[in-house]
Amino acid sequence: MATTTYTGGQKQNYLNWKTTLASWLFTLDHKRIAILYLVSISIFFLLGGLAAGVVRAELATPKGDLLTSDVYNKMFSAHGIIMIFLFLIPSIPAVFGNFLLPLMIGARDVAFPRLNLLSWYVFMAGAACILIAILRGGIDTGWTFYTPYSSSFAKGEVSLAIVGIFLTGFSSIFTGINFLVTIHKMRAPGMTWFRLPLFVWAMYATSLIQVLGTPVVAITLLLVAVERTFRIGIFDPSLGGDPILFQHLFWFYSHPAVYIMILPAMGVISEVISAFSKRRVFGYHFVAFSSLAIAIIGFLVWGHHMYTSGQSMYAGIVFSFLTWIVAIPSAIKTFNWMATIWKGRVHWDTPMLYALGFMGLFVIGGLTGLHLAALATNVHLTDTYFVVAHFHYVMVGGAIMGYLAALHFWWPKMTGRMYPEGWGKLAALLVFVGFNLTFFPQFLLGYMGMPRRYHSYPEEWAVLNLLSTAGSTVLGLGYLLPVIYLTWSLKYGTVVTERNPWGARGLEWELVDTPPDPHNFERTPIVTRPAYDYNHPEEPTGFVPKPRPVVVGGKDG
Amino acid sequence: MWNFPLVPPTASKEGEAISLLYWTITTIAIVFGTIVLLGAIYLAVRYRASNNAVDRSNATDSDLRIELAWTLIPLVIAMVMFGWAAKLYADIYAPREGYYEVFVIGKQWMWHCQHPNGARENNMLTLPAGRLVKVSLISQDVIHAFSIPAFRVKRDAVPGRYNAMYFTPTKPGVYHLFCTEYCGTKHAEMIGKVVVLPENEFQKWLEKNAPGATAAAATAATTGSAAAPATGGTLTLAQQGEQVFKALGCNACHLNPNSPVKVPDLTKTWGDTIKLTDGRVVKGDEAYIRESILNPAAKIREGYQNLMPPYQGQVSEEQLVQLIAYIKSLAGASNGGK
Ligand code: HEC
Ligand code: HEM
Ligand SMILES: [Cu+2]
Ligand SMILES: [Cu+2]
Repeated sequence: MATTTYTGGQKQNYLNWKTTLASWLFTLDHKRIAILYLVSISIFFLLGGLAAGVVRAELATPKGDLLTSDVYNKMFSAHGIIMIFLFLIPSIPAVFGNFLLPLMIGARDVAFPRLNLLSWYVFMAGAACILIAILRGGIDTGWTFYTPYSSSFAKGEVSLAIVGIFLTGFSSIFTGINFLVTIHKMRAPGMTWFRLPLFVWAMYATSLIQVLGTPVVAITLLLVAVERTFRIGIFDPSLGGDPILFQHLFWFYSHPAVYIMILPAMGVISEVISAFSKRRVFGYHFVAFSSLAIAIIGFLVWGHHMYTSGQSMYAGIVFSFLTWIVAIPSAIKTFNWMATIWKGRVHWDTPMLYALGFMGLFVIGGLTGLHLAALATNVHLTDTYFVVAHFHYVMVGGAIMGYLAALHFWWPKMTGRMYPEGWGKLAALLVFVGFNLTFFPQFLLGYMGMPRRYHSYPEEWAVLNLLSTAGSTVLGLGYLLPVIYLTWSLKYGTVVTERNPWGARGLEWELVDTPPDPHNFERTPIVTRPAYDYNHPEEPTGFVPKPRPVVVGGKDG
Repeated sequence: MWNFPLVPPTASKEGEAISLLYWTITTIAIVFGTIVLLGAIYLAVRYRASNNAVDRSNATDSDLRIELAWTLIPLVIAMVMFGWAAKLYADIYAPREGYYEVFVIGKQWMWHCQHPNGARENNMLTLPAGRLVKVSLISQDVIHAFSIPAFRVKRDAVPGRYNAMYFTPTKPGVYHLFCTEYCGTKHAEMIGKVVVLPENEFQKWLEKNAPGATAAAATAATTGSAAAPATGGTLTLAQQGEQVFKALGCNACHLNPNSPVKVPDLTKTWGDTIKLTDGRVVKGDEAYIRESILNPAAKIREGYQNLMPPYQGQVSEEQLVQLIAYIKSLAGASNGGK
């Protein structure tokens, strides 16, 4: 259904409006900041992927023969730290949240454009610290930084990496505050809470977590650095500290952080499934509130990472109870997406393929979360490859599938070019197949007891590990393809000038130019209909009134 | 050499129960997973845009009854699974009676195991089939985790605190032992074997490994390096503790009628309900004894004064285990629990 009408002379848009380097580096335009993030996190994704490739190469055979133990440990640490803090946490919020939020609610920009630009600089400063720490010999603490290993035993630039994570955390808080205020204060007239696209609801829930949770992990990690540097006993028992305290503080953020990674992807999937089924999302209120439920209950389940640690047994039981509860909103969302497809008009374009892939993989990840939520099975499975498989199904199968769906869906809007559909479909297929080949065997390995973060392993697990490594090359290829063809399409892709190439609903499609004007809307639009109003195909969701109404927000640069 | 297992061996009573739970949850997961996976694909094919032969009338976009159904049915299943799993969790972690106890000390990068009769093993743990076993764990440096997949149990070895787990090995055999909490460079080499012997063979093994000739002083010295072979002690764990007790001069005050200071009666410490000077009430367990030795000031028994020197840094984890066994034995607690 891709469409293409090239109309010769170019209109002014946010890309061609100014083209100097300074106009990018000092831009206050949320759309340009989104692009800055897109470029930077794509590079980090490739770096993190490279480290993963090295890890899988080592694990292709049982003996630890390719790398030394130390290098291996540094590789999986680099992989985890880069992927989580430099890619997954910023991914959808910083790129698509930034780009779309103002467009979707009919605003000219986010509430605090300068804070928005600052968040990118702070993020890049943090990323620089982390990368320097890795280049100057690396760190081998894993992304979890468990004490007292990280605070009293690990060598290397652990403190520098922690400062880096601290900084990226603040960038994430800035983004969260910005989005919360934007959603509260800058909705166009008529854009009531229950007319918001579900992506906006998801971003709202995500921002809440970012603002409430991130300070905790930032301070906790800083305390690790303090203990390392000044030998003040906080977490190390030989200095009078408590190592379990670290785990409580760390997971108090890092469990909710997994929802920072998945909620935005869920928002994307709601948008994509609706747009490609040409139907209003089934059970809008339930999908919207399940995001909030996840964000709130998600703050109360951190102890499920600590069932074996020695926290009180009764605490474990309460955490398990709440963990089973928090799985329910995810189930609700999934069923509602299925019901959205029901009686729809389904178009099998690349974004929809990723959305279907998301549903399949996220469901497997979520359901294996149940094995881990259950206390007794968790004891057996924790810290094995079962956990590794579980969280890759939700984070790579879920969050990254959502990210790729978003990338393809909004690519024409962002760039004014269409990606090549055939290549898009092929890559989606490769990602899906490669992903399952890589991570499914890890469930079996985990149930057999293969510990995570092992540099070598017993002979009898060779076949499954080899399969996993083979799968990872297919997966790697699947990720490389979009990098290539999307870059290619910037120059050679079919030009899109139409506002709404997918025939979707939403202000960003119906009222915003492709690519958007620097000021988004000619005038503040007035919203007259609910989101996803596919029942009235001829009438737009909102309109731009002729007389000059309120102008929201200032803008320059 | 066709060695390609897909499931682990199951060699403990608790492990059998946990396996059943595992496969039940797996079945639920497969049922729901299939419904969503095949369901979504089926719907997306059936309602493809080019298919005009399907009925799209009455396509409602909300229905409270359906929402309630797919909220409440999973919720009920979830609650049942939660309760079942919690019960099995209590079986392996909640205190139980009538056990055979082994002390395990984790350190970078080896496991050191001590039996009540004084037998010691490194990176090996020999156990009797058919008896309830309690493993008490502690670490000397960073956090490790003691994992025996064939028994479906594991527990973290945390520096500064004792953690315990219980299980009943059933099948004689040799099983994997792993460290599953990342602990630095040689984490992947912190592995070993668990050997389960029939009761009579186990008794023979104990006899063979208990009577060594090494002096107690050697045991009381620091723990061996990773390469050191397991040595049999001369004495039971409690007797070794007695030696340490004397070697460290505890008997200058404790169990000494001529003590220069007023000291609590150590024969009553284990299992006692202890009132502290600050009003708190604690139980006389491993954690209390350990803290009383390393950092006596932290908890002072009511009626006594903070006159005991702290032994932090002067006693090894191994000696602490021995001292605790000794103080336990003073209270008449047998090695097989109370
Ligand atoms: C200088 C005398 C002295 C020495 C030496 C000494 N203690 Fe103590 N110990 C005390 C006093 C006084 C208390 C009571 C006050 C307190 O709890 O610190 C005590 C309390 C204890 C308690 C707590 C008993 C209870 O029931 O509350 C334990 C256990 C203990 N000591 C073990 C040891 C061990 C083991 C050693 C040798 C490593 C040792 N002590 C050496 C004086 C001593
Ligand atoms: C759907 C409901 C989910 C449930 C019930 C669930 C449950 C769990 C549990 C109990 C653990 C602890 C495992 C252990 O270490 O013993 C865990 C680990 C993890 N989960 Fe989930 N999970 C769910 C969804 C998600 C989602 C959506 C994500 C991320 C997008 C996620 C990411 C992770 C990560 C990263 C870990 C491992 C962290 C680590 O130890 O490194 N989970 N999950
Ligand atoms: Cu969690
Ligand atoms: Cu380890």
